[in-house]
Amino acid sequence: MIDNQPSVRRLLAAHSPSLHDHVRTFGPRPAPAAAELIGELERAGLDGRGGAGFPVHRKLQTVAAQPRRRGTPIVIGNGSEGEPLSAKDATLLAAAPHLVLDGLLICADALGATEAHLVVGALTEAGVRAALAERSDTHAVRLRVETGGFVGGEATAVVAGIAGGRPVPADRPARLAVSGLHRRPTMVQIVETLAHIALIARHGAVWHRAVGTTDAPGTRLVSVSWGQHTPRVFEVLGGSSLRSLLHAAGAPDATSTLVGGFHGAWVPASALDAPLSVAGLAPYGASPGAGILHPLAQGACGIQVTARTLATLAAASAGQCGPCANGLPRIVELMRELLAGADTVAELRRIAGLIEGRGACHHPDGTIRMLRSALVVFADDVAAHAHGHCLARSEVKA
Amino acid sequence: MTRLHIDWTACHGRGACTELLDGVLRPDDWGYPTGPGGSDIAIPADRIRDARDAVSLCPRLALTLRPSPRT
Repeated sequence: MIDNQPSVRRLLAAHSPSLHDHVRTFGPRPAPAAAELIGELERAGLDGRGGAGFPVHRKLQTVAAQPRRRGTPIVIGNGSEGEPLSAKDATLLAAAPHLVLDGLLICADALGATEAHLVVGALTEAGVRAALAERSDTHAVRLRVETGGFVGGEATAVVAGIAGGRPVPADRPARLAVSGLHRRPTMVQIVETLAHIALIARHGAVWHRAVGTTDAPGTRLVSVSWGQHTPRVFEVLGGSSLRSLLHAAGAPDATSTLVGGFHGAWVPASALDAPLSVAGLAPYGASPGAGILHPLAQGACGIQVTARTLATLAAASAGQCGPCANGLPRIVELMRELLAGADTVAELRRIAGLIEGRGACHHPDGTIRMLRSALVVFADDVAAHAHGHCLARSEVKA
Repeated sequence: MTRLHIDWTACHGRGACTELLDGVLRPDDWGYPTGPGGSDIAIPADRIRDARDAVSLCPRLALTLRPSPRT
């Protein structure tokens, strides 16, 4: 039974994306000093909403702590959202562009940045341009439309694209917060994170924590999709159970669910009462990540879905790093052979071990994490396929 | 512990390092170096000379020696 409606409107509270409705709903943009902002974000416990879940205040702290000789800091809002199962950043940019711009400018002012970049997908460009034209405080903001695909949204790839290069991940000896765009201290935040910053700067950490749970405070945007449905986006309370979120979205709420997207992990159907929080999902190797929930459609085969997803991920490799460029296509072949009735599991695990930890970005590791979770959660399906059977198909027949 | 960092975006698996650091590195299925530590290979003290040679002889300039892995 679902007792609590997990849906709530904080980021999406304004009636329209106009500046007028934005100011009427949220009030004017505050301008906190760096120490004040960083302290408030730390007390709020805000984590980054791109996937890694890095504490937001620490990135700001590192940028603020860099000596002046490293150059004037740069702030970047990342709304490129290359993950196919995610639509939350595009939804947010369409519904509340001014909240995102507020967050970007609050960070820029606090850090003393004179250069700010906002990277968005092609679908949201027009709305964001209209929002920029509505205000007088965005002269430092440069808009960039990113079409770099799946790995183009990785922070080092975004920086490379802004610098005029190919938007692919780079091998970085130093963190971006120390030496990023033009080797200057650079803060890169996902646009959802910026919108939360804009609210926390206004209302404070206590307000942020008034909803959600102690270890997953506030709200977060989630994208829910299944089968061939396009993702639907909801603002939900932190720590809501996976099942309550799926139920509220009208999605299947009793099948194994891919949590965190193509780089996420499958959570078994038996564990859907787990909360969308770091601690709640850790037992399954999953994390709230970018807030993606993708339950298996009724009657679908988890191995087939995983094989298709792996094929997409192999094609999405930037092709720069040997273990990823060679290993992922080999994984795809082995999955095809498994679906054709060959027991390739031991070889899948061996190749997975050759890919993990051997790339400039997270793409190979995230892909292998998803594969490994599938081999565990769909162990029965794997065993059946290795003998030429598909459990999903036989269930449909029965 | 000294670490040998591999820039995978530069490495083409030419194999100089796997020969010079035989016993620490070995080629994977495709010829790319593999050893303890993924992208930051732990180098035993008695092989640091070989690691320095690998850095200077890598035709792709894909290797760097670091006192510890990036945090």
